[in-house]
Amino acid sequence: MNWSQITNQPWMLWRRQVAAILRLELKKSLFSKRAWWIYILTLGPVVITGLHSLINGDGHHTIGEDYMIFAGIYQVYFLRLGIFFGCLGIFSNLFRAEVLERTLHYYFMSPVRREVLAISKYVAGLIAAVVYFTGSVVLSFLFIAAHWGPVFQQYLMHGPGMQQLGRYALTTVLACIGYGSVFMLTGVLYRNPMIPAAVVMVWENLNPFLPSLLKKFSVIFYLKSLCPVSDIPAEGPLAFLVTATNPTPAWLAIPGLLLVSALLLTYAAAKARKLEVSYSE
Amino acid sequence: MSEPRIVFDNVSRFYGEVLGVNRVNLSIPPGITSLVGPNGSGKTTLMNLMTGLIRPTRGTVSVLGIPPGRPEELFRKTGYCTQFDAFPKGLTGFQFIYSFLLVHGMVESEAARLAREALERVSMMEAAGRPVAAYSKGMRQRIKLAQAIAHRPTVLVLDEPLNGLDPMARAETIALFKQWGEEGRHVIVSSHILHEVDRISDQVILLSQGYVVAEGQIQGVRSEVKDQPMQILVRCDKPAMLAARLFEQDHVVEAKVSGDGKGLLVRTHDADSLYLLLNRIVLDNGLEVEAVAPADDDVNSVYQYLIGTEGGAA
Repeated sequence: MNWSQITNQPWMLWRRQVAAILRLELKKSLFSKRAWWIYILTLGPVVITGLHSLINGDGHHTIGEDYMIFAGIYQVYFLRLGIFFGCLGIFSNLFRAEVLERTLHYYFMSPVRREVLAISKYVAGLIAAVVYFTGSVVLSFLFIAAHWGPVFQQYLMHGPGMQQLGRYALTTVLACIGYGSVFMLTGVLYRNPMIPAAVVMVWENLNPFLPSLLKKFSVIFYLKSLCPVSDIPAEGPLAFLVTATNPTPAWLAIPGLLLVSALLLTYAAAKARKLEVSYSE
Repeated sequence: MSEPRIVFDNVSRFYGEVLGVNRVNLSIPPGITSLVGPNGSGKTTLMNLMTGLIRPTRGTVSVLGIPPGRPEELFRKTGYCTQFDAFPKGLTGFQFIYSFLLVHGMVESEAARLAREALERVSMMEAAGRPVAAYSKGMRQRIKLAQAIAHRPTVLVLDEPLNGLDPMARAETIALFKQWGEEGRHVIVSSHILHEVDRISDQVILLSQGYVVAEGQIQGVRSEVKDQPMQILVRCDKPAMLAARLFEQDHVVEAKVSGDGKGLLVRTHDADSLYLLLNRIVLDNGLEVEAVAPADDDVNSVYQYLIGTEGGAA
């Protein structure tokens, strides 16, 4: 089948174009010197939980306490910092990095719908973010209690471990989808992503104090209620970071987050259609 | 059926307060069209508008009937070699062209074949396996050209395509432009190397400070410049006698015998009358004329008359 035949079949054309853009983008998203700090964000908890297992091999605590600590790490570090800033770096650079490197015009000079380009870039960013952060979450989950040996295996295989791991992984993927769509949009709308990122961060952290309608326009609102451990004992002014105030059932949280992400992504794709190549301003 | 054209309809583009181009009306037929003008005159803005990389503040553009806002249709027919000297990292010359042909939606075998064909056309096959980052300026220019032509577009927009090329590559590239023009494609070239533009262009568009100051075939443009007398070189056996006869005419403002004594450079406000008079003098005085040719209907002269600065490199 040649090109002119393919161009008459839009779905086949778009599928081929998405695959070709993914090939180019994944190289950049997964293996980039510029992403060194994202590697640190993902490797940090893996190293710390690994060290915890090595150092606390005969610790005076229980496996339940280890996983309560992991729940805290997950909500405070992964959701609020690691995935948030990792997605900021990955997704807001999908277009911006190409502007800085002055290579965006090669895509814009290809016969590709800008919407297809935007969604392909988003999928490439999503694959990279999911590989980094789901990998980091899974390894950290396994490492934090690895020193329990047979008890750990029992917890994982016959206890709640595997289900918890699955929910953490699912929540991580959803976090990447949600924050990815937010930062994809800010990357398309703004040249400097730091100011919108700060606004998003404030908005996400204000979530517990927002009216219930506004809460729904936030990624963390859906994610917190999906975490397998919601009743983390926490005190002090930052306790709100780990306490789900009005937990949303999963059947509502997952489609809700996907819907919000789809809306943001649709808007980003529509905006991408209007983008101009302007490297000097 | 009318021939397909590139049309600018009252197009203006501002960058904030800064004028890019203003009130441009053009209808560009197939063939080689050169955009000529000093830096900042609006050449690249016009090309970017044509290809949808930027949008007009006012007015509309269409390329063979396609608005540039629809890149999925426009770039099936259009190739653009920009001035940006940057490339995606980590790709060889072949991978660069091949990868973006895949982005067009082509199957692998077709993309590979067209990539090789484009590389051969710009004489880059030998270097195709080397990283683009290791290329010289001239090689990078050629690989950009290959990328622009790889999908065999009918409209080629080339921003300073001769920059950085050695004389041999420049001659080869100009021959390619001529061939594409003769094949009925639109070839839009911006260049500051005016004598080369002059050799290849079917028509020129002269730009100054964001305005189109002249357009059309260069001889036509020259004849429109009424305030500058036409220069005509006559090679003959009796230039002094010819000069004496011509000076009797009001429209002749200058006649200068050349150093070898066999040529006369005449400046006149009425070239048609001069040619008629010349015929009469030949018949009346038995003048032997070897050649008669306009001496200032090239791009460089027109550029100087209209824009008022020296027109670029030799």
